[in-house]
Amino acid sequence: MVKSESAIQTEENTVVRMAGIVKRFPGVLANDHVDFELKRGEIHALLGENGAGKSTLMNILAGLYRPDEGEIIIRGEVENFSSPRDAINAGIGMVHQHFMLVPSQTVTENVLLGLDEPRFFMRLKEYDTKIASLSEQFGLKVDPKANIWQLSVGEQQRVEILKMLYRGAEVLIMDEPTAVLAPQEIKGLFEILRSMTEQGKSIIFISHKLNEVVEIADRISVLRRGKATANGLSSEGVTTKELARQMVGREVIFRLEKQASNPGDIVLDVRKVFAENDKGLSALSGLSLQVRAGEIVGVAGVAGNGQRELAQLISGLRNCAQGEILLHNEKISNRSTLYGIEQGMAYVPEDRTQVGSAPNLSVTDNVIMKTYRQPPISRGGLLDMSQANRFAEELKLAYDIIVPTVDTPVRLLSGGNLQRVILAREISGRPDFMVAVQPTRGLDVGAIEGVHRLLLAQRDEGAGVLLVSEELEELFALSDRIYVIYEGKIMGEVNIGLEEPSDQVVDMIGLMMTGTPMEKIGEGL
Amino acid sequence: MDIVVILQAGVATGTVLLFATVGEIFSERAGVLNLGVEGMMLIGAMTGFSVAISTGNPWLGVLAAMLFSGIISQIHAFITITLQADQVVSGLALTFLGAGISLVLGEGLSKAGTVSLLPSMSIPIISQIPIIGSIFFTGQSIMVYIGYLMIPLAWYYINRTRPGLHLRAVGEYPAAADALGINVFQMRYLYVFIGGMLAGLAGATISLAVAPGWFSELTTAGQGWIAVGLVIFAQWDPVRAAVGSYAFGALRRLILDIQGPMLLFGFDNPFYYNPYWGFFLQMLPYAFTIVVLVIGSREAIRKRLGAPAALGNPYIRGERGL
Repeated sequence: MVKSESAIQTEENTVVRMAGIVKRFPGVLANDHVDFELKRGEIHALLGENGAGKSTLMNILAGLYRPDEGEIIIRGEVENFSSPRDAINAGIGMVHQHFMLVPSQTVTENVLLGLDEPRFFMRLKEYDTKIASLSEQFGLKVDPKANIWQLSVGEQQRVEILKMLYRGAEVLIMDEPTAVLAPQEIKGLFEILRSMTEQGKSIIFISHKLNEVVEIADRISVLRRGKATANGLSSEGVTTKELARQMVGREVIFRLEKQASNPGDIVLDVRKVFAENDKGLSALSGLSLQVRAGEIVGVAGVAGNGQRELAQLISGLRNCAQGEILLHNEKISNRSTLYGIEQGMAYVPEDRTQVGSAPNLSVTDNVIMKTYRQPPISRGGLLDMSQANRFAEELKLAYDIIVPTVDTPVRLLSGGNLQRVILAREISGRPDFMVAVQPTRGLDVGAIEGVHRLLLAQRDEGAGVLLVSEELEELFALSDRIYVIYEGKIMGEVNIGLEEPSDQVVDMIGLMMTGTPMEKIGEGL
Repeated sequence: MDIVVILQAGVATGTVLLFATVGEIFSERAGVLNLGVEGMMLIGAMTGFSVAISTGNPWLGVLAAMLFSGIISQIHAFITITLQADQVVSGLALTFLGAGISLVLGEGLSKAGTVSLLPSMSIPIISQIPIIGSIFFTGQSIMVYIGYLMIPLAWYYINRTRPGLHLRAVGEYPAAADALGINVFQMRYLYVFIGGMLAGLAGATISLAVAPGWFSELTTAGQGWIAVGLVIFAQWDPVRAAVGSYAFGALRRLILDIQGPMLLFGFDNPFYYNPYWGFFLQMLPYAFTIVVLVIGSREAIRKRLGAPAALGNPYIRGERGL
């Protein structure tokens, strides 16, 4: 490796220096002369909206992409990574948002994957103890002999961190590490991160959650549209408002203006339902909840506690083993999805590209999927495509769908636009009740705001909305009531007023999310 | 009729299924479904017999069979791994290609005369164990013993060694393997090749040991397809594959032998020389394959065991997930 002049000038305690990084993708300038500097023992947050270029920048550092221009200097040496392996060898490890773990293998096997040692025979017992002691050193509690599929998301994240530490990583890039965790788990993660920096490791923390960034980071850099708008800002005395402006380039309204709700009669009544998941294991056990007209009811919980199955049950995509679901006092459970739709059901599924839309079909085809049976689009059993196109054009205007023509296949749409197509289809049917599952996952701040407005408008027009989300912020912003789900049961129910919920309420919801029923959480709340 | 003799022959027939099934397990564990087993077995049977006749050395025949089938398998590898085409379609095409090549090159081979076969032997001492000894260790071809050795070795290789660990990772979550510097494409080519070689070995075991000779496509008579089914029954585990292979081998032999004698267990044999019953009986192994598949996959769902998660999917770098 060559020592460059700029490398010699680099300070002693700078671990990573990226200078003038440019990365172009067809039609996009993802990174435009970005500088980034990481010091030893610090937690450096990298903020930015989706598509701002933070993942690109970090993928360059982790060896997944090569920069078109600029240089990377690691501990004073100019590096030229051609694969993630080169980056790991230089002490840089990335923990991806989607865990790169083999579910059927044990923790130890996953940690040892791709290494040269042990050469042939795996000698798992010996390595189990090695990995156990490493995990103890950093407070990463996890059983080395457990299979990955048996672990919670938080534990899996610890395995990812272990994997990098075992490879001798000095710099850890954490890509949105809190997105999948419950509040208590986030606290645990922060403790782990601090214990790592105390032992001399450096951490890059990618996030778009401003509160967390202010809490955990020593310094903050912000990217907007491929350019750095803030570089190594000290986190002391920085307000989230300031950061948001750097990130979005305009003032962001944090809490949507929300009128007091005016709940009417019960629209949806879920009565003691039991159901299995795809693996034939119990997913819901005796769950009951109600949604009234004109209110948004949130379902909070860590991923995989039955939310998916609940939404599928209500929308008619899954049958329940026991119990029943009533919509307007009409039994809709264990009947066809069409029956539910006819009773006024709308469904915004978690999986936009597989369940929510048909990716290769046009915007028109996708928006008429519920109304094609009725006139004017249906005429004597045939589709009137000019009517369908007119309908699509109307929705395109009303819902601000940005697309060249309504004949464009929806797979070419961005996440936010696609979600607007789905919402347009569902809302235009004037539903009395809507289930929305993770409606803003993966959308950027602007698009999230739009989706939130549409959901609130639904509520104000008198529809009942069941909002299933893993983002507490979102639930607090929109819901009038929140149910907390854990292992297929409701742990408790919390009323949310118009103002920001107190720390006590947040703590209580966190406890319920990790399995403490409301009755057992002390009185006085 | 002696049941021990039938089972003895069943073990030999089962060895053919074992080689083909374990070969397919390697390929599928790496994430590549290869439905061309039948075709590769035909190539192996033809090549083995042909080379053994012209050189007089059956071992050269085995070697050539493994090599030729391995090379043929790389067509499938190229189409599915590099060109990322559909594995089912390519595998079916490979079956027809293999059958075609072996029929053309094997033309006239059925009258080519006798060939020196692979040696048979009994294992001293263990062959004296009552029943077990005579079924498994008396007068069997050397290929049968190689099969016994392969079962634990294959299991150990897959579950307890580093290359085995990487093999499983490539079939379960190629993106994770790739991120850690494992060459997914290279690994998949390699294990498709190994699958091809073992299919070739299975073919050569028929034509040079179990049922010597070349009888065009009747040489394998659909055993490659049974092997594909057995992989699912085996839940991608070589030890379970052995159980299934020997059971199916015994069933095949039983059906063949049961039509021979006029008297069966002291009674008139209803199957003797009766074409209606004969066709029915010959259908049975394939019907059982379906039954076993149904049972096997139900069990797999219940126990949360299943196909390698990435089985059947081409790996495209940079695409998220599998």
